[in-house]
Amino acid sequence: MSHDTLAAPPRKTNEPAREPVRAPRRARHWSRRANPVAGLGAFVWLVIVLIPIYAMLSASLTGADKALTGNPLKPPADPTLDNYNTVLTSGFGHLLSNTAIVAVSVVGIVLALSIPLAYVTVRTRDRWSNAAFRLFLLGVAIPAQAVVVPLYLLIAKLDLYDTLLAVILPTAAFAMPVSVLVLVGTLRDVSEDLYEAMALDGASPLRMLFQLTVPLAKGGISTVVIFSALQAWNGFLFPLIFTQSDGPRVLTLGLFNYVSQFGVNIPALLASVVLSGIPIFTVYLVARRALIGGLMGVGGK
Amino acid sequence: MTVAVEKAPTAEKREGRREKRPAHHAHRAGRPHAAWALPGVLFFTFFAVVPMALALYLSFTSWDGLGDPVPVGLDNWRKLLDDPRMTQSLWLTVVLTAASWVFQTVIALLLGVWAAGRQRNRAVLSAIFFVPFLLSSTAIAILFYALLDPNFGIIQRDTLGSQSGAFLAIVFVGGWQFIPFHTLIYQGGARQIPDVLYQAAAIDGAGRYRQFFSITLPQLRHTITTSTVLMVVGSLTYFETVLILTKGGPGTDTAILPYLMYEAGFKTYDFGYASAIASSLVIAATGLSLVLVRLTGFGTMRSTREGM
Repeated sequence: MSHDTLAAPPRKTNEPAREPVRAPRRARHWSRRANPVAGLGAFVWLVIVLIPIYAMLSASLTGADKALTGNPLKPPADPTLDNYNTVLTSGFGHLLSNTAIVAVSVVGIVLALSIPLAYVTVRTRDRWSNAAFRLFLLGVAIPAQAVVVPLYLLIAKLDLYDTLLAVILPTAAFAMPVSVLVLVGTLRDVSEDLYEAMALDGASPLRMLFQLTVPLAKGGISTVVIFSALQAWNGFLFPLIFTQSDGPRVLTLGLFNYVSQFGVNIPALLASVVLSGIPIFTVYLVARRALIGGLMGVGGK
Repeated sequence: MTVAVEKAPTAEKREGRREKRPAHHAHRAGRPHAAWALPGVLFFTFFAVVPMALALYLSFTSWDGLGDPVPVGLDNWRKLLDDPRMTQSLWLTVVLTAASWVFQTVIALLLGVWAAGRQRNRAVLSAIFFVPFLLSSTAIAILFYALLDPNFGIIQRDTLGSQSGAFLAIVFVGGWQFIPFHTLIYQGGARQIPDVLYQAAAIDGAGRYRQFFSITLPQLRHTITTSTVLMVVGSLTYFETVLILTKGGPGTDTAILPYLMYEAGFKTYDFGYASAIASSLVIAATGLSLVLVRLTGFGTMRSTREGM
């Protein structure tokens, strides 16, 4: 008997498995078969995406003296790295490390504050946590521009003007609403049964958070990390208004200053843009799947 | 994937425990106290909500950024209503947002749906499509500032010097930057449409275009609203693009609201007036968010939770 039952399942599962696996695959092909018009459209967009990037790379390799004579679409006659040299020797590393400090701090603050918040929102259903969630729901649409004047006053009163903290704190605050929404969405998917099981084990809420919720919410957490890191990386308005000196200058503001510093030296300007893209492009190459998967989830809900 | 793998052992454990102990304690035990939300709420309140209230207060004062704000009653608001630049700016902001929405939604939706299919080269193309999104708004504005330079650039004429040229440039640059992101959102949304729907439609004899309009579009409605919220809020932040590309020009033809506010505050040091502009931005944004929260998946997120 044991022999029969052992032998039967593989045969049984093997046969029906063939059709369900194959059928949807064939169906997918058939319902979403190649569409030449859409393919052509996608190709046109590809060209639109690539021309500026190509022109930027090619121009950044052109000597400053030849820049104004030629068309940026022509490949440079004798490529030179001079422009990159110019940019790297004008304090680029300092800008980069400031931006890295801002990005890491923002991500840290956002995670430390948003995870407990989302956790309470999902697990505790009293009106206080509900009110907290609503606050962030409304916060999604507050544009940072709208509060930059009073924030300027606040930052000055806190004696933070012209420091990296003046950039970090407001950036983190404005990254929170979307982070909380994404996290609440993810944490809701953690089954109540699992919490009950841990409660029976006598686990404290804190232990549940770290041993159950956080490991199961990895997807949502990585989306939040990516989202807030990108915001910190791209932030321009807060650095522009809350900092002034070279010390706390971040990359985006540095690029903006290059516009006047390099003036008509457009190739050097473009070299600085290329350099500013390299760190995040490297991250993209390494973590493309996580990055894209994380951001894709934003619209999935 | 990992979720499923990790769930299994814990679930088994639960079955085991249940036999030994009664389950009714579990309902209350192990719930975090609402106070856990406090640090996050306080932080956000201090850096986002308090400033909003402060903006409203400052809009009733005259303040040069150095001394103390002096109350001036409704002066700033009166000035705002009489300022022809404000009317122009408001209109411009609305038109820019609408134009960006049309441009970005049409392309991102089509690209996203296409990229959700399984054509060859799709993965490679999608990866390349995403590259513009990796550059900061500042970097992208500088890139196009260079490429649109009348002497150096691709188009050998003064695009940014004409009103329509500057406006179209901002719409295009914004799209170039953000379409990759929205394409991704639509790709994610389109992947979640069950294949059965297409199979059924095909059996009923619906063609490709019929399927797109009768299945894909309706199924993507939540994705469209989510993407729209992000686009609308995002287009209020075209500040960098405007500052670098056109400085609000030619004249004041591309001075959108945030730019007007920046000029009033940080160029002419009229912070009271800047706050009045900012307050109207907050009012518009809050109204917009109330409407959109009702329409979007964000709203459903809450109701699903309450129904649990």
